[in-house]
Amino acid sequence: MAGTSLGAIAGLGITKMSREWMGPAPVLAAEAIRLAIADAGLRKTDIDGLLVNAGPSSRNGYGASALSVSTQNQLGLRDLALCSEMVAQGSTAAQMVQYAAMAIAAGLCKAVVCVYADASLAPGASAGSSYGMGRFASSAANPIDILDVQYGLTGANAMYALAARRHMALYGTSNDHFGAVAVSNRQWATMNPHAIYRTPLTIEEYHASRWIAEPFHLFDCTMVNNGAVAVVVTSAERARDMAQPPVHVLGMGQGHPGNPKKAPFENEVNTGAAQAGRTAFAMAGVTVADIDICELYDCYTYTTIVTLEDYGFCEKGEGGPFVADGRLAPGGALPTNTGGGQLSSYYMWGMTPLSEAVIQARGQGGERQVEKHDLILVSSQGGLLDHHGTLIVSPHAGIH
Amino acid sequence: MTEILESNVRPILTPNAASAPFFDGAAAGRLMLRRCRACGTWHAPQALFCMECLSAEIEWTPASGRGRVHSFTVIHRGQIEGLETPYNVAIVETEEGPRIVSQLLGIAPDRIVVGMSVSAVFRRLSSGMVLPYFAAE
Repeated sequence: MAGTSLGAIAGLGITKMSREWMGPAPVLAAEAIRLAIADAGLRKTDIDGLLVNAGPSSRNGYGASALSVSTQNQLGLRDLALCSEMVAQGSTAAQMVQYAAMAIAAGLCKAVVCVYADASLAPGASAGSSYGMGRFASSAANPIDILDVQYGLTGANAMYALAARRHMALYGTSNDHFGAVAVSNRQWATMNPHAIYRTPLTIEEYHASRWIAEPFHLFDCTMVNNGAVAVVVTSAERARDMAQPPVHVLGMGQGHPGNPKKAPFENEVNTGAAQAGRTAFAMAGVTVADIDICELYDCYTYTTIVTLEDYGFCEKGEGGPFVADGRLAPGGALPTNTGGGQLSSYYMWGMTPLSEAVIQARGQGGERQVEKHDLILVSSQGGLLDHHGTLIVSPHAGIH
Repeated sequence: MTEILESNVRPILTPNAASAPFFDGAAAGRLMLRRCRACGTWHAPQALFCMECLSAEIEWTPASGRGRVHSFTVIHRGQIEGLETPYNVAIVETEEGPRIVSQLLGIAPDRIVVGMSVSAVFRRLSSGMVLPYFAAE
């Protein structure tokens, strides 16, 4: 038998997702944790591990309003056997589940809560105040460190646009391809009650939407929103007796290509998914042909395309044509980002794909449930394609 | 002599000792990169040490100023005072290897092509500081 459960996700908590202020990140985190523990049928005293991933709004908060390792005290969690903040940008969510499963397998602890929360949209503040590089401009110790800002490179939209343009130039990828991803995501989101954007989107509306940073239109870029997601990770054995069907982790991997930013490297068009995927697929004893559903980190439409290439669903450079025919959409051959992804549902870094994977693996997707959901590929993507975490999850404890 | 253009881009940068050679070089019409004294590897201006051998002995060294457009974007929603949108941001792969973020001057966005040859030009900001930009060759 290939693929044995390395641990299981037994609880999932998703707060309301909103572009309105709902309180600082610890408030949102506490709500997600409360929901996740209840979902698993556990009590708070059953939790003996806490891994915290603070979104960018933590930079805006102080003391009790900042999500950190110290949030343990606000949560009233005492005598934890494992407790840490984890910081690997957008790739953190998959990594938290990996470290939790490994710690449980090693005997450090039994039930770990992994939580992400963000409250970037504060009254009177734009998303740019949390995500834009301009926030560093006034406090930089060395002007050379903010040289990019001087040229007008102020945030992630432009940086990913630069990567996407490189892919277009090398491989002929087009806005029609990017648009196909945006439209597909929205089709899924119309069926997701958690999703913020549920109005159907046409390819014409995609092309007509305003430019943000060429080649990106508005609908190429993720939203930013406030909210939190938490999961409870435990052993496969303990998960069997809990309230929800276990979601087993059969494979895991990481890939951190970094970016040396010099010739001849092509990091703008190659991600850590290649390395992370190799490890995870080998561990699970499966191949891309076995995957029923992809839940991918899709901060931009381009990210979905390049990630699919690097996992090996198609050849390098073929990602555009691969997604163009509705393959990722409802009814398509490779259902992908079945809750609408970050582009249309909610932006909780790596918790967006992970949370939807848990819902699909349990068969709780309602109208959007994918019938065959035995193997689900989950990605977390951090930095400018610098960091990648992969999980292969399943309702089954092993694959025969 | 390279043309010096006016600009009012904010925020205003103030050179310090660690970065002065970069800005002094620009004022003299030279693109300054950093080069490892131990292994010869070229680095971007932001480097603190050599990424190949980890030596801290990286020296400010004049580069040829020639390069190619590795990628570019046209920004329509800007956050920088003094930069009127739309404007371009380019990654330029210098002849020496390091890729640096810059802007292409004197070219319409629809004429920019990935791979095109460019060379450094220099623009004086309202603060008096001079920065390297690039123009098509």
